[in-house]
Amino acid sequence: MHLTGKFCNTEGVDTPAVKGADGLLGEVERAEAALRAAADRAGAGSFEAVIEADQKIEPRDVMPEDYRKGLIRQIAQHAHSEIIGMQPEGNWITRAPSLRRKAILLAKVQDEAGHGLYLYAAAETLGVTREELTEALLSGRQKYSSIFNYPTLTWADMGAIGWLVDGAAIVNQVPLCRCSYGPYARAMIRICKEESFHQRQGYQSLYVLANGSPEQRRMAQDAVNRWWYPSLAMFGPPDSESTHSAQSMAWKIKRFSNDELRQRFVDMCVPQADILGLTLPDPDLKWNEQRGHYDFTPPDFDELMRVVKGDGPCNRQRMAHRRRAHDEGAWVREAAAAYAAKGKTA
Amino acid sequence: MNEPLWEVFVRPRRGLSHTHVGSLHAPDARMALRHARDLYTRRQEGVSIWVVPASEITASSPDEKDSFFDPAGDKIYRHPTFYELPEGVEHL
Repeated sequence: MHLTGKFCNTEGVDTPAVKGADGLLGEVERAEAALRAAADRAGAGSFEAVIEADQKIEPRDVMPEDYRKGLIRQIAQHAHSEIIGMQPEGNWITRAPSLRRKAILLAKVQDEAGHGLYLYAAAETLGVTREELTEALLSGRQKYSSIFNYPTLTWADMGAIGWLVDGAAIVNQVPLCRCSYGPYARAMIRICKEESFHQRQGYQSLYVLANGSPEQRRMAQDAVNRWWYPSLAMFGPPDSESTHSAQSMAWKIKRFSNDELRQRFVDMCVPQADILGLTLPDPDLKWNEQRGHYDFTPPDFDELMRVVKGDGPCNRQRMAHRRRAHDEGAWVREAAAAYAAKGKTA
Repeated sequence: MNEPLWEVFVRPRRGLSHTHVGSLHAPDARMALRHARDLYTRRQEGVSIWVVPASEITASSPDEKDSFFDPAGDKIYRHPTFYELPEGVEHL
């Protein structure tokens, strides 16, 4: 029997709700209500019964080893993505065009660090240590989202990333607010609420550029051209080739397939692009009356696999930067530990 | 270097109790408080924070949750709804 243990989890409770929340943010609110409702239902018992009753598995419950391992892999990959994801945008903080945009970008990058930490804490409840997780990222044993291996060439990329990359991330993440593992679901609720600011600031920034001078407009269009297909690739390989999906669905970790989420994202983006007055770089994009969805050209999955395997435009640079930042921060960690040890003996 | 784990509790507003919001690693209590502020109250989610070393928390075990909480299970007379009142009685 373990008397002391880790409870670390992150709650979305009491974060201020956005007024008039609808669409995806409304879904987050409903997931939060469902989480509370599940907690109110009578205790279910076995792992299978809890999953069946749509209740939440909590850290010290008995769970299948594959459930535990699969969740660690997924949550860790997600956490690493947040941490590496600070780099492409961090690249532009010192060159933001105004103090206002700089403050916004700084807040966004700070949020990403926060999201990484919520997620590491959620992963740790499954019995992995922070040191192991850090090592897995630095050694390259665990991956992060391939999207962050693309370069941010102009200021307009900040807008395109907010709109498309964060937009795709939200579409992916909103269903995770209903994930069967309690700490992950709670972290995702909090993350999704914060993430919607990321998407809106990006869209608004791009809107300003799209309605600016001809050069600004060209820059905005160029950014959308470069980020569209990598964003579509963020949903992962097509369903026919996705390896972990069926079991994840059965365990209610995942709720929708890669292709379903990709389609949902495309359907959302097309009218948003119209309002921006920008063109999505797909000549075959068109409404399909019969399906009730837009037809679109899928991303280049061979390219996705190449980037996952380490051969994207910025893989080496991102990893080298993270290792350097980790090494260069070592003296701070050592000093803080020495100071803490001194406080204990005094 | 293993920094200890801290559990974070935030009082969202005056009049509400502190609620567990999550956890973090920090070398000592003061750093834990600073990190908690940066991590869990970036949007004014709180007016007061507690940090507690996770190793200092003693928890009941989920394995014995049935037997541990059983004693309260058959004492429905602890709830006011157990008592049937005669018709017409007020303020009770």
